Amino acid sequence: MKILVCISHVPDTTSKIAFTDNNTKLETSGVQYIIGPYDDYALARAVELKESSGASITVLNVGLAETEPTIRKALAIGADEAIRVNAFPTDSLFVATQIAEQAKNYDLILMGRESIDFNSGVVHAMVGEILGIPSVSPVMKLDIDGTKVTMTKEIEGGKEQVESNLPLVAGCQEPIAEWKIPNMRGIMSARTKPLKIVEPKGIEAISINKKFELPAPKSAVKMISADNVVELVTRLKTEAKVL
Amino acid sequence: MNILVFLETSEGKIKKTSLEAMAYAHGMNGVTTAIVLGKADAGDLQTLGKYGAAKVLHAADTKLDEPIIQVYSSVLAHAMQDEKADVLLLANSSLGTPVAAKVAIKLGASFASNVTELPDTSSGFTVKRSIYTGKAFAFVELTGAKKVITLKKNAAELKETGGNAPVVNYTVPLNEADFNTKILKTEKATGDILLPEAEIVVSGGRGMKGPEHWGILEDLAKALHAATGCSKPVSDMGWRPHHEHVGQTGVKVAPQLYIAVGISGAIQHLAGVNSSKCIVVINKDADAPFFKAADYGIVGDAFEVVPKLTQAILASK
Ligand SMILES: Cc1cc2nc3c(=O)[nH]c(=O)nc-3n(C[C@H](O)[C@H](O)[C@H](O)COP(=O)(O)OP(=O)(O)OC[C@H]3O[C@@H](n4cnc5c(N)ncnc54)[C@H](O)[C@@H]3O)c2cc1C
Ligand SMILES: Nc1ncnc2c1ncn2[C@@H]1O[C@H](COP(=O)(O)O)[C@@H](O)[C@H]1O
Repeated sequence: MKILVCISHVPDTTSKIAFTDNNTKLETSGVQYIIGPYDDYALARAVELKESSGASITVLNVGLAETEPTIRKALAIGADEAIRVNAFPTDSLFVATQIAEQAKNYDLILMGRESIDFNSGVVHAMVGEILGIPSVSPVMKLDIDGTKVTMTKEIEGGKEQVESNLPLVAGCQEPIAEWKIPNMRGIMSARTKPLKIVEPKGIEAISINKKFELPAPKSAVKMISADNVVELVTRLKTEAKVL
Repeated sequence: MNILVFLETSEGKIKKTSLEAMAYAHGMNGVTTAIVLGKADAGDLQTLGKYGAAKVLHAADTKLDEPIIQVYSSVLAHAMQDEKADVLLLANSSLGTPVAAKVAIKLGASFASNVTELPDTSSGFTVKRSIYTGKAFAFVELTGAKKVITLKKNAAELKETGGNAPVVNYTVPLNEADFNTKILKTEKATGDILLPEAEIVVSGGRGMKGPEHWGILEDLAKALHAATGCSKPVSDMGWRPHHEHVGQTGVKVAPQLYIAVGISGAIQHLAGVNSSKCIVVINKDADAPFFKAADYGIVGDAFEVVPKLTQAILASK
């Protein structure tokens, strides 16, 4: 079985977000980049499948050269080879188009439920649509028997058991697998594993990021004595008007 | 401008988040057609005129009772063509978002998810969307002739404008190949208020010490008609079900009121609550980071403060 795992290269979850160049670019100084946390679950499940049934894993990232340390980390965790589509990921359609170009010969395409930068939560659905294969997300459990795939998918207030067939795209989230931490051997071997760089397929952009904005700063917290919860109720009613 | 709004149902009842999409359409000043797929409450269909629909399409084929994403996306793409619609609006959800993405691909339409405000149409068509898990916004111009937009909760305020709209039976040929996933079983908390849609959320963290103490939070939630949520370690330890876990890697909520009890306020938790209108934090540690993100704070022991708060709320009714 051939598995493709798509990883995004995103600011660490604790990063403070700020913009430069007249609010058109992310301020990257001091930002630590990581494999998207959901993508890490996808990768972890792929590694489990490789261990249990001998699959091969390719990781794919659409990004410029700066993402290579993140790709190498995925190789250290257990992917066998990598592809980098050499382009800045401008929007979901662009990323999905590039992934679909590369993904044609895989049995299983695993992604995260969403990237934590642009949070669209749609690349998996778009790739499934472009390739004409099913896509399911967010998947909390995924088991394969021959070409049959059974999944548990989270829905609002509960979950669904879903069945489908390979080839398939799945957007993963916990507890699909435990995050894997690269070991020394993995890190050493990652250096020599193949990383192929391909040029993007050109498409017309139909959405354009004009600028960014930070949310309005929060006003200072009003502290209320633990002996005076009645005051809290009053303020929630008359001041905040939320009760 | 012709706008098509997809309204999601739960056991036949139209979801409130979907009604917000109606309100958004109303704010765009277009001609709005509402579309509902599968089993739907006849009374609910009738009310859509009041929320601004000029016409309500109901595709009542029982094959649409189960929300198969591929099938729904084909039907909506069809309806976009039939209605000559320029814009498709949907609420963000585990169903709406992927359906929207697929329709966008089918139609070659511009797409934006997580949209938080009405578009700016002074020059072009620019939407504001939430990014970096609520830590920032992006302004995105959609230049395609057709547009598909999914809305974040509270993107528009519900308004009843009082009209009447005919409910039309809508039929489309269904493509067998679209039934490419089968729903074997659905497990859903019934009767409860669903966390992603709740107006008030009472959430507990590791400070609650164990699942056996959740009773006081449930009492508070009941008094407020609220949903219950929790922090990640709480669901990781199995004290609460996974779908209650709020934060960057869990549910993102946007209620009127979020009450956090015994939660320290780690940045990953805040990422799931920063769209709340008002945040109340109850924590015994005055230095808990959550107080910085709160509107009101009480330093105190949850086991004393929460029952008192429940009493005060019941007394104030
Ligand atoms: C990649 C990543 C993603 C993550 N995603 C999420 C996420 O989506 N959601 C999430 O919640 N976390 C997430 N986390 C975990 C997060 O960093 C914190 O560890 C977690 O939110 C802490 O949970 P907590 O506040 O319940 O527990 P703690 O940090 O242990 O805090 C417990 C709090 O309870 C207070 N307390 C104790 N006893 C009492 C009492 N009797 N009365 C009142 N207060 C009391 C303490 O003062 C303390 O502030 C993520 C972490 C990572 C690395
Ligand atoms: N630039 C990228 N390169 C590779 N995969 C990506 C990229 N961006 C997003 N993805 C994948 O698509 C998933 C959903 O992303 P999104 O639709 O942006 O929220 C992510 O969890 C990744 O698995």
